[in-house]
Amino acid sequence: MSTLEMSNPAALPADWRDFLALTKPRVMYLVVFTGLCGLLVAPVQLPFVLGFSAILCIALGAGACGALNQWYEADIDAKMRRTASRPLPAGRMVPESALHFGVGLGFFSVLLMGLATNWFAAILLAASILFYVLIYTVWLKPRTAQNIVIGGAAGAFPPLIGWVAATGHMSVLPLLLFAVIFLWTPPHFWALSLFVRSDYAAAGIPMLPVVAGFESTRRQVLLYSLPMAASALAPWALGLAGVLYGASATVLSFVFLVLAARVAASGATEPKDMTAEKHLFAYSVFYLFALFAVLVADHFLA
Amino acid sequence: MTTPEDEIIRSRQRERARVTALLLGAFVVLLFFITIAKTGINW
Repeated sequence: MSTLEMSNPAALPADWRDFLALTKPRVMYLVVFTGLCGLLVAPVQLPFVLGFSAILCIALGAGACGALNQWYEADIDAKMRRTASRPLPAGRMVPESALHFGVGLGFFSVLLMGLATNWFAAILLAASILFYVLIYTVWLKPRTAQNIVIGGAAGAFPPLIGWVAATGHMSVLPLLLFAVIFLWTPPHFWALSLFVRSDYAAAGIPMLPVVAGFESTRRQVLLYSLPMAASALAPWALGLAGVLYGASATVLSFVFLVLAARVAASGATEPKDMTAEKHLFAYSVFYLFALFAVLVADHFLA
Repeated sequence: MTTPEDEIIRSRQRERARVTALLLGAFVVLLFFITIAKTGINW
């Protein structure tokens, strides 16, 4: 129990479920999945327990990012409907607990990664945590509408870390997977921010729809989808993946571009009318899951 | 004499201690298997 809690008898020790909520487990699925895919498509097979440890470390690192993000943005979260019930803005936890938990989890995940796999993977994991917390959360997010573009790199690290955990070195394929997630992040988040624009505006976060308006954001969604589709096809074009992946990536990316074009053509201004944006957002999650799943299937069937 | 608030605090502390113990136990087991895998011994 912290000193603050002791000096305030009204404050209860935070429930363990609130610590779990700090790690944003629902957001973690995609991080863990892409990290696992990076590990599975690597040419070196790790013993099960080491592979499991590597994925666990990626999950714990993502959890540390979530906790530190919620600690730093507690005042912003309190202003948004979507986040007002989180442990810190709801007053169920003192900020120090979240900070200590996040820093501890981050250190632990990096240390365990280094001991279980290799220190190159541990350094990449540490870099991804620091990038997300310092570059994205602290520096870019409150200052620029390009926050998602550069910050997207933080979410693109997992397949890279998974690959390096297995092989100990970098290669072209994991860098392409990094590029796919990096270029996927802007259309994915901008589709969401179009229909929750009022939340971001109320919290003073300069998301693109708040700063540049709907029309410009919709155009950017389509523009970023084009290089994203190209990078998704690149592993096949460069001979790093087979026909199954190539055909699937073509179909999946084509549907993504059609939905992005529908967003670009939409003129809706009310969230309830933004079906094109909601469809693209939902599909974008499926797209990334499907693309990486097909890559793994292609790797094992080839 | 314990107040209802003390009781809630104690119960939260017990729950947290239980979860921490479980996680520490799992960590010890994981470290054991990592060590076995790193030594490369085939059992």
